[in-house]
Amino acid sequence: MYNILGIAAYYHDAAAALLVDGAIVAAAQEERFTRRKHTADFPANAIAYCLEQAGCRLDELSAIVFYDKPWLKFERLLETYYAFAPRGLRQFMVAMPVWLKEKMFLKRLLRESLAQIAPCDTRKIPLLFSAHHVAHAASAFYPSPFHEAAILTIDGVGEWATATISQGHGNQITLRRELRFPHSVGLLYSAFAAYLGFRVNSGEYKLMGLAPYGNPHAEQTRRFEHLIKTHLVSIKDDGSLWMNQDYFAYATGLHMTQAHKWARLFGFPAVKPDEPLAQQHCNLAYAIQKITGEIVLKMAREAKAITGCDYLCMAGGVALNCVANGQLIQERIFKDVFIQPAAGDAGGALGAAQVAHYLYFDQARNVAAPQDAMQGAYLGPEFSDKEAILAFKKHKAVYQHIPAFDDLCRRVADLLADGHVVGWFQGRMEFGPRALGNRSILADARNTAMQKKLNLKIKYREGFRPFAPSVLLEDAPAFFDLAGASPYMLLTADVTRAHRNPLPDNYHDLDLWDKLYFTRSDIPAVTHLDFSARVHTVTQATNPKYWRLINAFKQKTGYGLVVNTSFNVRGEPIVCTPEDAYKCFMRTELDALVINNFLLRKTDQPDCDNRAKWDIPTELD
Amino acid sequence: MDFLKDLWLFMKERKKIWLAPVLIIILLLGLVLVLSGGSALAPFIYTLF
Repeated sequence: MYNILGIAAYYHDAAAALLVDGAIVAAAQEERFTRRKHTADFPANAIAYCLEQAGCRLDELSAIVFYDKPWLKFERLLETYYAFAPRGLRQFMVAMPVWLKEKMFLKRLLRESLAQIAPCDTRKIPLLFSAHHVAHAASAFYPSPFHEAAILTIDGVGEWATATISQGHGNQITLRRELRFPHSVGLLYSAFAAYLGFRVNSGEYKLMGLAPYGNPHAEQTRRFEHLIKTHLVSIKDDGSLWMNQDYFAYATGLHMTQAHKWARLFGFPAVKPDEPLAQQHCNLAYAIQKITGEIVLKMAREAKAITGCDYLCMAGGVALNCVANGQLIQERIFKDVFIQPAAGDAGGALGAAQVAHYLYFDQARNVAAPQDAMQGAYLGPEFSDKEAILAFKKHKAVYQHIPAFDDLCRRVADLLADGHVVGWFQGRMEFGPRALGNRSILADARNTAMQKKLNLKIKYREGFRPFAPSVLLEDAPAFFDLAGASPYMLLTADVTRAHRNPLPDNYHDLDLWDKLYFTRSDIPAVTHLDFSARVHTVTQATNPKYWRLINAFKQKTGYGLVVNTSFNVRGEPIVCTPEDAYKCFMRTELDALVINNFLLRKTDQPDCDNRAKWDIPTELD
Repeated sequence: MDFLKDLWLFMKERKKIWLAPVLIIILLLGLVLVLSGGSALAPFIYTLF
């Protein structure tokens, strides 16, 4: 029996995953346990959970695998400083202490940290290191329903690689092409996120959400596209890039961009965090999103040309760009595409474990077709009624137990249809950045005031940010131009014409907020400015409870879809435990909370008007 | 000792023996930084290092 633990840590989105004979038994991000978003800390809690879920002790592990090769990364750092000398001095002075005190001794650090979880002689457990993009490729290919596929991994940077094209066949992965640092789609996109005032590593979603506010017909937008392509990045036909380092600072400095040069180029200065956004910022966001989509398409075409495969698997942070993914699906370059739901670095923990299982131990791979092997990404911890009651009693919560689940669904459907916002907590927590109906905040997508309410009163985040629908798979074609399924909310698709409202002639000239609050469809809360929606399709097989709830809403309203946003507020990780859920419920304007078969109404709770009591200090993302 | 062994194996495997003098100078410089009390906290740009 092979028990393999994969670890991602020390950069961002630390996580752990455990395989037992190749089956994914557990996977979770450390942030959910420590409540520090995107934490880079050693994932002690996530590892402890994985071991408990598998009923496995540390000394029963066949191998522990880290998701990158630190020496290769160090080589890249040194050669970069050498190549850019003396420009890299500032970054060098910050980076070297980190390396000399910590990362250069990663083996020792990992063994010591593991020994703190459970005392054992960790030297007896093989400690392996997988290349970062091989881990991403593994996390995309091995759980996919394909025996053979092209694999595209795109992110900021691993060791040297920033994007790779590989070919998966059976239990083998063969690297075919590699794009290397400092030329990187992920870093290009992150540089624009930083310039527009968003935080690198977490603000990229915001940039993606801002892009549709850009005016595609404006002369300024076209000029931005031209400037990016002529000054910042040269894009080749095979999707590879050459980034002009005169305009970027990430290779040697402590910032992403040479901001003063960008200001001269684009005609406006870098946006400060939380500074109001104007049309020119939206136009720039539109331009870089369009270019990113073009690059991803070119890379996918190259992957098809090199491998000749009918199927594609994707991972890496850029694979979370659902707009680019949606365009890729629409182009039908491949018969089908599988995108790892934890496509970012957290998924590297899973991929690293799979690299060991299939490539190092050379174990046979059983393809789980037609389903993928991710089990709906429900790989995290779940909590019993008893644990929920303990949390309720601790906070003197008032709750009602509804034994029949269909009754509960009807009650929640009534609440949603009446305009209430409900926290929905069921079963195992999702692995990856998306809430897929087990740790979700739900609302009625037909409600014209819902987008504003959710952003400003529930999530406390920027008003422009869009929301996604969860739709019954069988009802998805009626609402969205979507050919297949989107089980992990990683694709955008357009709202069908039947559900759209006509736009006024001056729509593109409207002010950003007038545009936002214009009722574009009969499901306005999930229809973005360009009529796109980030669709999550729900099936009875993958999440029967969530399916029953949406179906109950459909029975009542005729609409088999709800707004689904992650159960957290801005700056906070998605809730993990019933107590996290209750606290989040109490410090927001959520109207009701459902945990397992328990229903809690806000107005019944003690201190329900005193939200400040429940506030926790969080750093805004 | 593990560390020195890994470093040697790494340079051999990657055929980067030529990097050794640069590496030594850079490591010495880095060591001075550490001894002079430089922070071991990575700044919040993209986590490149």
